[in-house]
Parts: sequence; structure tokens; C-alpha cells
Amino acid sequence: MMNTEIIGIIAMFAITLVAALPLGKYIAKVYSGQRTFLDPVFNPIEKLFFKSSGIDATKEMNWKQHMIALLAINVVWFVLGMAVLLCQGWLPLNPDQNPNMTPDLAFNTIISFLVNCNLQHYSGETGVSYLSQLFLMFLQFVSAGIGLAAAAVLFNALKERTTEKLGNFYNYFIKSCTRILLPISVITAVILLWNGTPMTFNGKDTMTTLQGDTVQVSTGPAAAFVAIKHVGTNGGGFFGANSAHPFENPNYVTNMTEMVAQMIIPFAMIFALGFYLNRHKLSWMIFSVMTIGFLALAVPTIVTEINGNPAIAEMGINTTQGATEGKETRFGAAASGYWSIATTVISTGSVNSMHDSAMPLSGMNQLLAMMVNCFYGGCGVGILNFYIFIILAVFISGLMVGRTPEFLGKKIEAREMKISMIIALLHPFLILVGTALSTAFPEQGASTLNNPGFHGFSEILYEYTSSAANNGSGFEGLGDNNPWWNITTGIVLLLSRFLPIIGPIAIAGILAAKKHIPESAGTLKTDTATFGLMTFAVIAIIAALSFFPALTLGPIAEYFSMK
Amino acid sequence: MKTKNQSLFQKELLLEALKQSFVKLNPVSLFRNPIMFTVEIGTAVMLGVCLWILTGETAQGSFAYNFTVFLILLFTLLFANFAEAIAEARGKAQADSLRKTREETPAKKIEQVGELYVNEITIVPSSSLKKGDLFICEAGDIIPTDGEIVEGLATIDESAITGESAPVIREAGGDKSSVTGGTKVLSDKIKVKVTAEPGESFLDKMIALVEGASRQKTPNEIALTILLAGFTLVFIIVCVTLKPFADYAQIPITIAAFISLFVCLIPTTIGGLLSAIGIAGMDRALRANVITKSGKAVETAGDIDVLLLDKTGTITIGNRKATHFHPINGLHETDFIKACVLSSLADETPEGKSIVELAGKELTQNLSIKGATLIQFTAETRCSGVNLPDSTRIRKGAFDAIRKLSETAGFPFPKEISDAVTKISGNGGTPLVVAQNEKIIGVIELQDIIKTGISERFERLRKMGVKTVMVTGDNPLTAKFIAEKAGVDDFIAEAKPEDKMNYIKAEQQRGKLVAMMGDGTNDAPALAQADVGVAMNSGTQAAKEAGNMVDLDNDPTKLIEIVEIGKQLLMTRGTLTTFSIANDVAKYFAIIPALFITAIPALQGLNIMKLHSPETAILSAVIFNAVIIPFLIPLALKGVAYKPIGASALLRRNLLIYGLGGILVPFIGIKLIDMMVALFF
Repeated sequence: MMNTEIIGIIAMFAITLVAALPLGKYIAKVYSGQRTFLDPVFNPIEKLFFKSSGIDATKEMNWKQHMIALLAINVVWFVLGMAVLLCQGWLPLNPDQNPNMTPDLAFNTIISFLVNCNLQHYSGETGVSYLSQLFLMFLQFVSAGIGLAAAAVLFNALKERTTEKLGNFYNYFIKSCTRILLPISVITAVILLWNGTPMTFNGKDTMTTLQGDTVQVSTGPAAAFVAIKHVGTNGGGFFGANSAHPFENPNYVTNMTEMVAQMIIPFAMIFALGFYLNRHKLSWMIFSVMTIGFLALAVPTIVTEINGNPAIAEMGINTTQGATEGKETRFGAAASGYWSIATTVISTGSVNSMHDSAMPLSGMNQLLAMMVNCFYGGCGVGILNFYIFIILAVFISGLMVGRTPEFLGKKIEAREMKISMIIALLHPFLILVGTALSTAFPEQGASTLNNPGFHGFSEILYEYTSSAANNGSGFEGLGDNNPWWNITTGIVLLLSRFLPIIGPIAIAGILAAKKHIPESAGTLKTDTATFGLMTFAVIAIIAALSFFPALTLGPIAEYFSMK
Repeated sequence: MKTKNQSLFQKELLLEALKQSFVKLNPVSLFRNPIMFTVEIGTAVMLGVCLWILTGETAQGSFAYNFTVFLILLFTLLFANFAEAIAEARGKAQADSLRKTREETPAKKIEQVGELYVNEITIVPSSSLKKGDLFICEAGDIIPTDGEIVEGLATIDESAITGESAPVIREAGGDKSSVTGGTKVLSDKIKVKVTAEPGESFLDKMIALVEGASRQKTPNEIALTILLAGFTLVFIIVCVTLKPFADYAQIPITIAAFISLFVCLIPTTIGGLLSAIGIAGMDRALRANVITKSGKAVETAGDIDVLLLDKTGTITIGNRKATHFHPINGLHETDFIKACVLSSLADETPEGKSIVELAGKELTQNLSIKGATLIQFTAETRCSGVNLPDSTRIRKGAFDAIRKLSETAGFPFPKEISDAVTKISGNGGTPLVVAQNEKIIGVIELQDIIKTGISERFERLRKMGVKTVMVTGDNPLTAKFIAEKAGVDDFIAEAKPEDKMNYIKAEQQRGKLVAMMGDGTNDAPALAQADVGVAMNSGTQAAKEAGNMVDLDNDPTKLIEIVEIGKQLLMTRGTLTTFSIANDVAKYFAIIPALFITAIPALQGLNIMKLHSPETAILSAVIFNAVIIPFLIPLALKGVAYKPIGASALLRRNLLIYGLGGILVPFIGIKLIDMMVALFF
């Protein structure tokens, strides 16, 4: 039984990896403007779009123009989104008669969908109309496309040359949506449909349960929504229970499909970098570092979950199924443990089990996964986050070998260090300060907790960590739909999305404009195991050093108390 | 002057440094170092807490405990200040020994009357000489200040600066026209123009750099300070947010514990040693007898990709060796050789000795120059020789000097000799023309001798990733021959000054950093263009102005040392940063359990070092944090050894020693200190 579960996990990882390699090659072709087999389908659509919108997709932009374009797209969809959510009760496609959203919840919801977080302080069944759901589904394309396009700018900037021209943002954005996200989402949605995920615009279904009573069951256009929720590493569920819901994730096959769907683009982007720059070793170095980090979090989690809760075992209850509290029996402890780490290392944040019920060490690993936020990471942004750590690692190791640090032929100097340090600082700052404010004003934040003590502290910490990592998963166990949570997490979301995109792009843009230095025997190679180790050490130490005290008061204290 | 083996800590330096450690506590000066400045704030707060306890506060722990924390923090500051002070003191001592050479000496100043310089000489103290003044130096005089010879030629003893006892020739107009204050004129008379205002010579500039008054942070140092400031900020956030966290968990944490946690976590080790490392780098350059005009130049030297080296004196021994005798047609070879040997028997120069050597024992043992008059080589005549008792005059010397001699005496210059001269030059050799009674009798071929060990040094440079380029006036064939033999990567043959310049520009265009050494005025533009330009002290003022370093030894291979000094400087910073940050892991495991253990006894499980009690744990961590600074001062001053084993291997090695070591050492250190501290609790 356990063996089957382990094989299931290995299969999920292997399928993702095997599929990610050709996808990476395809993505590299898309961004470098080479011919792909989907050209006949998408060329006319894109042409039509650019023609009607008056955008010149061949106009090259510098990094600042890129970032202005990025922010402009986000502002437009923010305004439209607020309008839809605030007026959804009056708008069409609302068969369940759900009311208008409150302004603070609408603010939080739109922000969280735009920034690829999908925190969801509402429940899909009662909180939104179908029109809003469709609109939010569209935003999941936008936010994932923005992330991918930003990564494409980074790819372009890393080329071996000296330039300020880094391609066209609208071009990257549209191509990301049409040529990358859309095809994979369609495939995923079709698999989900076959396995029973609903795709309808009718209102609630009436069902007769085994006990014989009738219940009203929410349905809706879920299959399409769930597909992009994973493919775009968004994680915003159609229903409140997210991928633990039997309609969103009916069986083990859909569970695997969703798992593969959410990890495939983060994997593929790493390889796309290698294909794009023709530096395959660099890709494998990055992939290895991320995978080691991922395994270091996933393996202990899976083991802890399989071993079950010692406190329950003490009561004489059979725990051979592992820790089953808050888990769906159709997935089991191992696959749920694996999912909980996968969804937190990448920024999906969709859940197929209750993270609040996970064992303390699992909870800590889920937190750590988001605190690091660059082991694979979200659509496009994962590689941007990792780039910051590469810059830091390059700087320290450059000094250690007695040479002014350089990465891919560009010298890293004070200005780049300043930006990387601000971005590296921002993450612990937002998480710790947010958590500190919520504990300092318990009448606002802490009073909504369901659990006292260490676990309650973990719940607060998790909420801000999830926001700052743009993850969107919830430890839950706290009443998060109030102005305090909606507004504070909303602010955290905004800052933690755009600054960590602008920072790396700024560094890459500044470096791209610098003189390119050819490699020599004295150059420190960045595609080696040694440098990988260095990068891993930098990531581990920054995360460990920043969060160790907070983790001690949360999951670590809980862990030792349970022993 | 050559005091390379002096111990790291001399007694008189220690006393001065100790005094400075306290002077540097002044917040205004400490503000330059953000990390240590935050420690000073923490120390001040602890002092306040101690006073607070004296007025009756009880929740903050005992007075003794708090006062101990305060003292340890104070010592942390003093240790960091001491590191900087001892580095400064050593640099100053080094500079002082140079400065001693330029104590007050009387100068024979040429007084200016109206628009004209009149040769009216007044004796003035050297310190009153202004830039542009003229003075005269004769045999036996000490040159009062740095200047450029405008008239005359002299042999000068520069041993006060270079430590080399052999006198050198300096003359007006050439590439060797500079004289340095403190050196001694041995012969002849020169007229010198002062080139620097008092207190503004290169040496003065260097002393100022070492003393810190005008020390500017280098770009790498700025970037590193940003990184360290970033880490400091992270820990400010960590410590400040810990307060509400602890309140929420209802865990009381004392101010002493908060400040100890903060001081232990911020990178005080590297923060305390950073400026000492920088000063020590310049000091090492100074010890190598190189005066740098900025710290940046030393740092840039570590990044050099391309090194331009003059052939003569760098790759080959300046002195060439005789390899062939070419007698003029009709003259028997033995007779020619005999004449050559006679002219060289008393010649102590390496060339002269090599001629006798080449002639062989059989020929030389019967020859004698008893009763002959020796004609010494002078810079003026550029030839030497002997007047035998039978009034035969033999001269050997440079082609044009002998030609002039012979033509003045009315002899035509034979074509076969000029052919031989051309041929020898073509083979990379130097012709030495011999005349007997002013009539030319043949040519001695001298060849370049590649310095022993030079190819190993080039190999070492290649492993560092530095490309070596030989610059020579030789024709391409000869140049290629010598380049291959010496193991340089590339060469510029028949080099004109602008060729050097073009080569440097081309390399820089491709993103390379170029270093070169030069002495002539026509080298000046290239020296200025190069990223690291090292001018020889003997070179012209223009060259010295253009470069960013001056080598007092006039040793062209010095560049190799400079590159290593630059690399060492960066490496020392990098490795100590890694060590400092890696230390935090152990400190966390000491302090975090100590903070919470009273309120959450279960966290005893985190106390993996099994430290005695929360108080001893905190004290041990802070003590370790303080004492590690003086332990690392010798490393900071000497620098981490550079090994040319390739960048990745070097990174692995340093990561193992300073990264892994940085994680493990504090675990052991804190445990040991805790065992000792526990005796008092």
C-alpha cells in the first residue's frame, strides 16, 4: 500500500521532468521567435490582436519600458476586476444569486489573483458569480503570462552581448498566454473533464445522498478554471475546498494530472533558459539545486505524514494509514504530503489536504518552502527569485576566488548588490513584520485564530508567508475574511509580487548594458556543482537565519512539545 | 627598508594600536562602519540597562550578568578597532621607514631672478622647495626631494629606497630622468626640477592612504558593505519582530538577551576586520616596494586579464651573453678573439665576463693586461676598453658609438660589418662592435638570456587566467623565438609606443583588464590607458603621473606580485565574510534555546550543544563572537594564501575551510567557552 503511494509520487515527478524537457525547448523557441508547429494556429490570432490594439510587437524595449508595460497591464485588469467583483450581484451569469463583494474582500481578491497568489478569503460556492469566476480564470492567465514574460525579459538580458534592447513585453506576454499557457490548459482541462470535473453554466445541482436526503451541490465551469489554476501556478480554487473538493479533483488520475500541470512550467522554464542561451549545464545546475532543496523538504514531510501522529497512536488508534486528519482517503498520506510541498515550493498554493492538520515538521517544511520561494518557484517568477540568489552567490564566491564577481560575462558591482539585497531583505521583512503586527494587535489578527499557542502562531506566520511568497495556500484555521487580513495581506501581496519582479529585471537590464567580458581561465564557472553548492548554501542560510526564531516559536516548539 | 620578515605584532606598534582602539570608539569615526556602529549602539543600551538595574530594576537579571554582557560588547568594539589600528600602525611604520629617507636635507636651490634662472645657488632646507623649483646636486649630495633631471647625468645610489646596492645612471631627457628624494648622487652633477609640492609626493599620498585620512572605499568594498549592511538589516528585523512574537507566546526576554542575539547574528567578524583587510592589502603592496595611488588599483590588479611586459629586463636578463665572434674579412679569428678578450679581462660587467668565458680557457690563460690602462664604460662614451702598454687601443661598444669613433679617426665603416650587425639583430641578438686603434676589426654577437624561472611564473599566471604579452623592439621572428622559449602567450614585435596603446585598447574593447609596466615618457599614454599602470620609480615624471602605481625597485616582474596581492585582498574579504555568516548557525543554536527554554522547556531539544544554562549560553556566544576577531587579525593582515589551482577548485577549497569551518568552529568554541563560564554560575 505504502509502496504504491511512493511509486505514485516518483511517477508524478518523472512524468513532469520528461515532459518538461521538450516543453523547455519549445518555450525557448517561442521567446526567441523561432518557428514552432503551432505557428499556423497562433500567428493569425496574434496578428489580429496586435493590429486591433495598435501595439507594435517588434518595438524593442529597455528594462524600464518593460516594467512600465508590465505595471500598465496590471493596473488595467485591477480596475476592471474591482468593477466586476463589486457589482457581480447585478451582473449576468449569477444563477446562485451570490451578492456583491465587500470592497476590502474585492481588493484582496483582485490583488491576489493579479499577483499569482490567489489567497481567496472567500468560498467559490457562495462568494462569487460565474461571471466573476470566468473573470478570475482570465486573470489567472494574465498573472501567469506576466510572470513568464518577465522571465523572457531576463532570458533576453542574459545573452552574451551589450545592449539595452530586450525585446517587446507585449509580444512576450501575448505569446506566453497563447502559445504556452493556453495549449497546456486545454489538455489539462480535457483530462479533468473525462474524469468528472463539471463544466457547466447551470446553477446548483440537486443530488440525493446515500442517506436519502437531497442536497444542493454547487457546480459551474470548473474544469477550465482548475486547469489554468495549476498550469499558471495560480492555485485559486473554483470551490472553497480547492483541490480537496471531489469536483475539482475527483480521483488519483486527476490528482496526478493537476500535480504534473502545476510543476511542468516551472520545470520547463529552467530548461528553456538552457535552450535559449545554449547553456544546458547552467540549466542542470539550477535544476539540481532546486531539486535538492525540494527533496530536502518533501522527503521528511512524506516520511512524517506516513508515520502518522504519535499523539493519536498513543490513544491506541491505528495509524498505519499515516496521519489522515484533514486528508482525502482517495489521495492518501504520501501523495498529500508530496502535494503540500510541491504546491508551496512552486507558488501554486492549491491544496488537496488541510495544511493546518499536517504534522508540525510538515507544517514547518511547507513554511520553509514558501520562505525560500525559489525551489522551482512560480510561473516565470521562480527563476527570477533564483536569479537574485545566484547574484548573491556569485558575489561571495567571486570574492572567495580573488576576482571581481561576474555572472555570464557581466561584472556584479555595488548597484546590483544593492538591488539584490533589497529584494532578498523584502521577503523576511514582509513576513516577519506582518506577523509581528498581527501578534502585537491581537484584537485584530490573533483573535480570529481557532487555535491557541504555537499552532496559532504558525497560522498567522503561514498566512503572511503564503502572501509574501504569492503562494495563496492557507494553513487556514483562522477567520481571514475581515478588513485586517484582507488589507494587510493585500499590501504584502502587492509589494511581494512587483518588487521581486522589478528587482531582478532591473539587475538583468543593468548587466545587459554592461560590457561583456569573455570567459578566461580565471573566470569562476557558474554551471558547476561547486557553484551549485554555494548557491544552495546562500539560499539555505538566508532562509534559516531570517526565519529560525519565528519557526522556533511555531512549528519547532510544537514539534518538541509533541515528542 | 627591506623588512619583509618583520613579525606581525611589534611591541611599539601594539602600544600605539591599543591607544587607537579607544580613540576609535568615537561614534563619529565609527559611523563609517555601519556594522560596528550598531554594536556600539547596543553597547550603549547595555550600559543604560546596567544603570537602570542599579536604580532598582529587577526584571532584567542580575547586575553582574548585565555588566558582563556590556563589557564583552565593549571588548568586541575594541577588538575591531584594534584590528584596524594595528593594520594602520603597520602601514604607517612601513611608510615611516620610507619617510626617514627624506628627512630635512640642505638643498642647493637655484634662485630665480626675474624671468631668468640665474645660477646663484642658495642653501635652503628641503622642505621649503616648491614645485617647479630648480636645484643642483653634486657627487656626495643627498637629493633633497623628488624631481626630474633637466640637465646633466649622474650615477646615483638608490639603495635607500630599493635596497639594491648597485648604482644606477640617471640622465636628463631620457626615460630615466627621475630622481627620488633621499637617494645619493655618487658622481657627476645634475640640475633637477622639483616635481611635487611638499607633502604631495607619491609617498605622501600613499602614507595618507594607509593612515586612513583619505582612504576611500573601493568599489568591491562598497558592494561588500552593502551585502553586510543587508545582513545587519535582516537581523534588525529578526530581533525587533521577535519582541511581539515572544509577547504573544508570553515569553519574557531580557534586553541583554535581545542585544546579545543581535550582536551575535550581525556579521561583526568581517565587519570588524574589513578595513584592516583593506589597509593590509596596501601595506603588502608597500612591503613589495610598490607605492599605490589608490586602494582601487590594488584591487583591480587582482582582476587583470592581460599583462604587457617588456622583453628586456623582464623576460630576458638585461645583460646579454656573448655567443659568436664575427671577425672582419682577412683577420684571423684567433687574433680577433684575443683582442676581444684583452678588452674584457678587466671588464666586470656580465657581458664582459661572458666574452672571456666564450673565448675559452686555452686562449685566455696566456693573455695578460699587466700595465694596461682600463677605460671604463660611461654613459657618455657608451664604450669601454683597454689601452695596452704597447699603445694598442682596443674599444668595444654599441654599433653607433664605435662607428663614430672610427669615422672620426678617418676610417670608413666596412659594409660587411653593417651586414653582420643587421644579421645579428635579426636573430634577436645585440651586436658589440670592436675596434683596434680606432679601426673596426669585428663584431661580438650577444644574445638574450631568458631569465631562469620566468616560464614557471608565466605558467602560474596562465593558471590564474592572466594572459602574458611580451613587448619588444625585436623583429617578429626573433620575438616569436623568445616568446616561445619564455612561454608567453603573445607578443608585440617591433613595438612602437602607439602599438602598446593600440593593443591595450583592443583588449579593453573585448572587456579585458590590462596591466602594463613602463618608464618612458612615450609609455605615459599607454600607462594611463591601462587599467593597472605601474611606472618604474626611475622612469620619467610623465610616466609616474600616468600610472596608478610606482615600483620603487624598478623590477618589471613586480606585476606578478601585484596581481597576487590584489587577488589576496579580495579573497581575504570573501572568505572572512563566508566564515562570519556561517558562524551564525552555531550562534543560533546557542542563543535561541536560551531565550525560550525557561518558558518552553520542550525546546531543550534544540540545545544540541548541551550548554549549561541560558545565561552561560548567551555569554558564551557573545564571548566567542568577540574573541574570534583578535584570533582572525593575523589572517586579515597576512591575507588568505592564493593558490593558482583554477577558480572552481579554489572556491571548493575556501568553501571547505571557511564555509564548513565557519559552521563547525563556533560549535566547538562556544561549547568550550560555556564549560569555562559555567564554573562561575
